Amino acid sequence: MKIDAKDMQHRQLNMTIRDAVESGNTGLELDNVNGQRYIGGGMDGDVKITINGTPGNDLGSFMNGTEIIVNANAQDGIANTMNDGRIIIHGSVGDIIGYGMRGGKLYIKGNVGYRVGIHMKEYEDKVPVIIAGGTAGDFFGEYMAGGIMILLGLGSDNGVVGDYVGTGMHGGVIYIRGEVDPRDLGKEVAALEPGEDDMKLIVPLLKEYCGCFGFDFDEVMSRGFTKLVPLSHRPYGEMYVY
Amino acid sequence: MKCDGIPSGCAISGMISETGRRVDGRAVMKSIACMHDRSNGLGGGFAAYGIYPERKDQYAFHMMYDDFEAKEATEEFFKEAFNVDKDEPIPVHRENGIHNPPVLWRYFLEVPENKLRFISERDYVMKTVMELNSSSERAFVASSGKNMGAFKGVGYPEDIGKFYKLEDYRAYIWTSHGRFPTNTPGWWGGAHPFTLLDWSVVHNGEISSYGINRRYLEMFGYRLELRTDTEAIAYLFDLLMRRHRIPLEQAVMALASPFWKNIDRMEPEQRKIATAIRQVYGSALLNGPFSILIGHSRGIIGLNDRIKLRPMTAARKDDMLYMASEESAIRTIAPDPDKVWSPKAGTPIIGILDDGVE
Amino acid sequence: MAVQLPAEFIVNVDNERCRKCKRCIVSCGFSALEFRNKVTPIHRRCVACQRCAAFCPEDAITITENQMAYKYNYSWTPEIRKNILKQAASGGVLLGGMGNPKPYPIYWDHMLIDACQVTNPSIDPLREPMELRTYLGAKPDTLEFSGEYGNVKLETELAPQLKLDIPVVFAAMSYGAISLNAHKALAMAAKRMGTMMNTGEGGLHESLVSYKDNIIVQVASGRFGVTGEYLNNSAAVEIKIGQGAKPGIGGHLPGVKVGGDVSKTRMIPAGTDALSPAPHHDIYSIEDLSQLIFALKEATGYSKPVSVKIAAVHNIAAIASGVVRAGADIVTIDGFRGGTGAAPVVIRDHVGIPVELALAAVDDRLRQEGIRNRASLLIGGSIRQSADVVKAIALGADAVIIGTAALIAMGCRLCQKCYTGNCSWGIATQRPELVNRLDPHAGADMLSFLLNGWSNEIKEVLGSLGINAVESLRGSRERLRGIGLDEQALKILGIKHAGIGQ
Repeated sequence: MKIDAKDMQHRQLNMTIRDAVESGNTGLELDNVNGQRYIGGGMDGDVKITINGTPGNDLGSFMNGTEIIVNANAQDGIANTMNDGRIIIHGSVGDIIGYGMRGGKLYIKGNVGYRVGIHMKEYEDKVPVIIAGGTAGDFFGEYMAGGIMILLGLGSDNGVVGDYVGTGMHGGVIYIRGEVDPRDLGKEVAALEPGEDDMKLIVPLLKEYCGCFGFDFDEVMSRGFTKLVPLSHRPYGEMYVY
Repeated sequence: MKCDGIPSGCAISGMISETGRRVDGRAVMKSIACMHDRSNGLGGGFAAYGIYPERKDQYAFHMMYDDFEAKEATEEFFKEAFNVDKDEPIPVHRENGIHNPPVLWRYFLEVPENKLRFISERDYVMKTVMELNSSSERAFVASSGKNMGAFKGVGYPEDIGKFYKLEDYRAYIWTSHGRFPTNTPGWWGGAHPFTLLDWSVVHNGEISSYGINRRYLEMFGYRLELRTDTEAIAYLFDLLMRRHRIPLEQAVMALASPFWKNIDRMEPEQRKIATAIRQVYGSALLNGPFSILIGHSRGIIGLNDRIKLRPMTAARKDDMLYMASEESAIRTIAPDPDKVWSPKAGTPIIGILDDGVE
Repeated sequence: MAVQLPAEFIVNVDNERCRKCKRCIVSCGFSALEFRNKVTPIHRRCVACQRCAAFCPEDAITITENQMAYKYNYSWTPEIRKNILKQAASGGVLLGGMGNPKPYPIYWDHMLIDACQVTNPSIDPLREPMELRTYLGAKPDTLEFSGEYGNVKLETELAPQLKLDIPVVFAAMSYGAISLNAHKALAMAAKRMGTMMNTGEGGLHESLVSYKDNIIVQVASGRFGVTGEYLNNSAAVEIKIGQGAKPGIGGHLPGVKVGGDVSKTRMIPAGTDALSPAPHHDIYSIEDLSQLIFALKEATGYSKPVSVKIAAVHNIAAIASGVVRAGADIVTIDGFRGGTGAAPVVIRDHVGIPVELALAAVDDRLRQEGIRNRASLLIGGSIRQSADVVKAIALGADAVIIGTAALIAMGCRLCQKCYTGNCSWGIATQRPELVNRLDPHAGADMLSFLLNGWSNEIKEVLGSLGINAVESLRGSRERLRGIGLDEQALKILGIKHAGIGQ
């Protein structure tokens, strides 16, 4: 089903989407989206929403399932506290992506802004994944408590990721294609060489990712990765006196 | 009429035609309206440059008065302080959602020679603005630059724009603001942009260093009567760039300084400059989350705080440079830009009028 | 006339617990414990320095005040009567150590700090960068640049600056007043934490020369140990005009404390009294101060900032302004609660003003005159905790000095008997067996830990204030509110009362 979002307020648009899903539609295509917030917010179920245009902030926030495909750039706050589902962005995105994300997948073709994956966390089988094809701003994986983030930096030779990578990280794992300047790492992070288990973890994810955007998997794998893990699960355990 | 400082949330949008092409106010109104949800109807405003080409050498004062008595008193003051070449009401039309506007009047002023024996013309105008805004509770200078003006008030920005008939103005630089204040507002002077001479600032965020920024500016004769952090930004640009003649790049470094960690990594000459700036201009550092657009007579500057806690997107299309809090606000008026990007923390985006543009 | 004064303290030894190891007896620097089949206190000698109690392995010792020694009288307190008796017996001037202990108002405890909620967000100090780096020294009002966009050159040459990683500096305490091991601990901690220690007026021991990048050397009226080499073995030079504990009077290190190394370092014969007169005899007016400032700048090739330390007195604002105009790069203001090795009690307890008020008045005055950039303000004389540091900086200080807090970190229990030279903790003594008790490495650890804790606490406060560089706090009195202060105090401090918004 197609919905023309031109000049629609976000509330009206999201109501229309929910009504369409409730009446049994599992495939929705939104045209002329520009700036409407909260698309897919809190939604669950086996639904696929394709967005043509630039969606507004908090895309897929609190989402519990559902697949969202954006055929453009997207803005700030994508996958805020997202629980499950998949979001695919055929463009670049803004800041604070995947804040507190606890499940599902977020695949971005291009660049990501500041504080991506901030406070992402995992619990038992809930392991969120963010993969971005381009570069990232500062504070990538800030406070990260769980999940998997992969940054590919395709088309960039250096400066793939900004400063303060993984600052406050105390869980999860980050893979960055190529080298990371140690001076850019947060003080709670260790940089390692990925091993066989790591490859077992990321190869299927990267194949899925490449499939979404038509990237050449071998080309992506032609460069090594740096693995970043937290030095401790209690980085501030020594800080206080009683 | 004046009330206490009001912390603000907000949306900003701005544009410049670097070739000096003047466009009317409809585009900027459409752009800021796209971010309606970022403001709450308690403040909206615009700055426009290049709008008075036939009087481009005169200071255009946009005034807000509580009543005609305040207007008369101020006009007496103007007669004493300036040569008033022309004055007229600022054209408005009634708009839903706009309540109790003040008396809005504009003046085209020249500074008499005999006032400039001991002071530069711009310092004189600056002092006059400070005096007006601090001496009267009922009169307020909304803008005081040449060939530019501020149009602001209490309401949603799109309604304020229509109220001021911005479709009738043509400018090569526009900036705009939608405000989300959290205190009791209701004061027209408290809306953005804040201005001084040619400087105008629209601002999204909050300057947590306001206390010291204010005391620092007071050392140099500025009077911050509005108790809003945005006013301080306008004056800091005036102090650093106009009065201290600090180059743009270095002025921006003072306001959104690199971290020591990064300064220590710089090449020696750069390191020396950055260190000296932080040592000397520490009190000018704007600390706290912000994205701002600064308009001035030759261009526009977009700037984020040094850890990028507020959003900003930029785009170029032909001779136009756009900056806004959200990409959608740009795409609504420029659906197919040549380039879209997110500026880095503390790194300015600069739009400058071509040399030939008058 | 063999009437003795009553004992101030009673040492209680629990003989059930005591296992007669005699450690307490060895510990006491004041010979207040003896062994007569069991540990036997001589109460009159006890100063409550707590060394014996701290080192008793069985926790068998407690020290209590001898409350009934003087019958209760609200007006004639035990202290007053004791002092009268002492003076009646000797005709002497009452001497005291450490700072003013009297219950004058503590303004730090009447100021509250702001925090962010929603409208201006706080910043997480653990994960986001948080900068405390501070430069002390004269700054110009503006910078001049040349060149084109992208290739700009700085034309202004800045005066020398003192770099601090934390805006807390160890206050001047001389070798002589305190032990070499205490001096070493201060120097090592200063180096480790990226800050400064201050030699005080007793010269610089040769073993500390390698710490010279973290040392401020002091020049006082006695000019002890002041040579060209001394001046240049430093990061900065300080002229001491006065100190908070004894404004307007000099110092006196008794000859008994001037033994081998102290004598060598001070460059005076062993056993001679080291007398620092009240005034510098080459400074009888402000232009003389200027002359000395520039004499020191010449002697150090204009390579170091020169500080002038003054005590907080009534006319401090005008004095500080004069000091800045005389060419000081740093003005150090010491409040009336500042410590000392020895001072006449009448001065220590009754002269001077609180540094909180002095600082506010000076910062205001320098701003009114447009010369606040010309010098940095270092203040001290009652900085007890990181909150005091935050409040001082918000009032306008560039950094603070800590003396008493540093000594407490190294073990001092504030018995206030520094002038006896018997410090059981090895701090304010030159007796070798006592000095040896203070391991300089352990002392440096304790000082560093203290500064580390304060540093984290200051960052927490900055984060809650929504700022990530200390310069955004400096002078930002808008972030302070008064509590329980009258209009006049609020006005002097330049802050609003709690409950008033922006």
